[in-house]
Amino acid sequence: MDLSLLLFEQTLNGIQFGVFLFLIAAGLTLVFGIMNLVNLAHGALYMMGAYVGATVFGWSGSFLLAAVAVVPAMMIFGALVERVALRTLYERDHMDQVLATFGLILFFNELVRIVWGPESQPMPIPEALSGHIEILSGVPYPTFRIVIIGVGLAVAAALYVLISRTRLGMLIRAGASNRPMVGALGVNIRLLFTLVFGLGAVLAGLSGVMAGPLLAVEPGMGEDMLVLSFVVIVIGGIGSIRGALVASILVGIVETVGRSILPVMLEAVVSNEAAQTAGPALASMLIYVVMAAVLFFRPEGLFSARTG
Amino acid sequence: MKKKLLCLAAALATVAVSSAIQAETVKIGFLNTFSGRAAVFGKHQKDGFELALDHLGRKVGGLDVKVIYGDDQRKPDAARQEVDAMLKKDRVNFVVGITWSNILAAVQKPVVRSKTFLISTNAGWSGMAGKQCSPYFFSTSWNNDQTPESMGKLLQDEAVDNVYLLTANYQAGKDMLAGFQRYYKKGIAGKILYKLGQTDYQAEISQVRAAKPGAIFGFFPGGMGIAFVKQYKAAGLDKTVPLYTVFTVDHMTLKGHGKAAIGTFHTNYWDLDSSNPVNQRFIKDFVKKYGYHPSHFAAQAYDAPLLIDSAVRAVNGDLSNKDGMRDAMRKADFESIRGKFTYNTNHIPIQNFYKREVVADAEGNPKIVTRGVVFEKHKDAHYKDCKMKW
Repeated sequence: MDLSLLLFEQTLNGIQFGVFLFLIAAGLTLVFGIMNLVNLAHGALYMMGAYVGATVFGWSGSFLLAAVAVVPAMMIFGALVERVALRTLYERDHMDQVLATFGLILFFNELVRIVWGPESQPMPIPEALSGHIEILSGVPYPTFRIVIIGVGLAVAAALYVLISRTRLGMLIRAGASNRPMVGALGVNIRLLFTLVFGLGAVLAGLSGVMAGPLLAVEPGMGEDMLVLSFVVIVIGGIGSIRGALVASILVGIVETVGRSILPVMLEAVVSNEAAQTAGPALASMLIYVVMAAVLFFRPEGLFSARTG
Repeated sequence: MKKKLLCLAAALATVAVSSAIQAETVKIGFLNTFSGRAAVFGKHQKDGFELALDHLGRKVGGLDVKVIYGDDQRKPDAARQEVDAMLKKDRVNFVVGITWSNILAAVQKPVVRSKTFLISTNAGWSGMAGKQCSPYFFSTSWNNDQTPESMGKLLQDEAVDNVYLLTANYQAGKDMLAGFQRYYKKGIAGKILYKLGQTDYQAEISQVRAAKPGAIFGFFPGGMGIAFVKQYKAAGLDKTVPLYTVFTVDHMTLKGHGKAAIGTFHTNYWDLDSSNPVNQRFIKDFVKKYGYHPSHFAAQAYDAPLLIDSAVRAVNGDLSNKDGMRDAMRKADFESIRGKFTYNTNHIPIQNFYKREVVADAEGNPKIVTRGVVFEKHKDAHYKDCKMKW
């Protein structure tokens, strides 16, 4: 077994997982950065995207149609949630926001269970994308995961263009930097917030529809990703898309490579018994240790957008 | 004055008659998970349980039956509260249900101490099969170790060697490996304990592929199983390393797995193609009533009212005769979905385990078929720790 080849493969896996995390974290960091809203229900939006995607895919048989349908669906859905549930929360304490959006999680989980049932929804990998590509010799890499990397990088590029080259992007950067000033300058903050939240919802939903063919589409699936996405935006710097991209790839690599080599490394140092119990435990702690280390040296994250 | 006395007498008579009628009802407390992520388990078991009551004509042992449903929310403290209400407020004669072993461990003492019968329709905590065994506890499911033991036996007998072990890093996951290795004594290519709730397995798949094992033995409950099998297929690992699982692919998750599960193997004690007529009637009426195919969770829960019915019938409705009911239940003298079986000294079924494979049906959809018996009349591994003898 060629260890260096395995290490290279694990790094590749880590990068792919990181890009997938970026898809989820991008929307979260935008909403937290621009609107100063801790949105725990971001995972629920990811879940809604997966369900919409699974349902459209089930009706039409076309994954492309499902992915495209998610965009307007989540935009409308996000705008609705923002107007009905979140408007009053902007001025409130972060803890109040956590409580309210946690309530939203419970609400959406039960809503999904009532409408679709508690069983997991079928969502297979589309036939055209179910093959493999040999990136390394003798290592077939799933085509669908490569598509995820492609979509993630395309979204990163699109967000870059949006944020640095458009008027909306300028307002987003200004809002992340100093929100009260933007309001004082006469910008329609309400409309801006609805748009940003809608954008965040679209990003969350898109990541959900991309995740569906590889994971289980079931009530509560949002919570699996929620903690990791918060770790990513905290490490990357709240409000910074660039930070989210760098941090998500970092988290992806640490998480993936760490949990594969840590038990092996441990076995070389301590007894087999101890390594068997400690290895998996340490591997699951690793990413939080990294987050603590980053925050120790740079409390505002790697690329903070805040100036005011 | 006479009218008032007459009314009072009539009222008292009604109360006397109604309380007399109340004494003739069997009260069953059904405790399961009905909310949150794991609500599907509660739904399947409730549906199986209710169908059995329908088949019994809504009468157990000739008496009317009243069911009190409780949601444990998958939390031991919520379960305790529900059980306390069932025992003290509703005064149930039977507590039935329980999916999770940790919930069973939390509620068994108060139920058993109050001399109320506790029937597990799923939870197979080994403590209950061994040291904590009780004359008031019966199982219509299995002991947790029995299913992985049958997988261990299967792989020990088949031309498969150098198995890679994959399981979740919690007590049940470790129990699966312990059960497996009680019977599988050949080579182990490697072992990974993944984090409970993990959804991305590409790293584990890469590691398994690099180790070039003869097969994978895996335990991936619920959504984790759907994620792993989808990713295992997507990575093309199914072309070189066959997948043998327990409690991963079943009729609850099969729709979620979809075609990805085709070609995998597992072991369990029951499936849709068990040909005994009780099972076939159960399946037919289940599909007619609920519109979906039952899982083994529904099947286990279906047996519970039948077991209770055999007990109440044996004591002619005298619910205070607990020893009589226990003797009747020990006989397992009812028509079970698993066919004729007997109880071990610890009230865990002694039953057969089968090899199953997921194949493609005529439309290409996944279908589970039976490929033979692995264990006949298999006893669990913990009964020797149980002090009950009868």
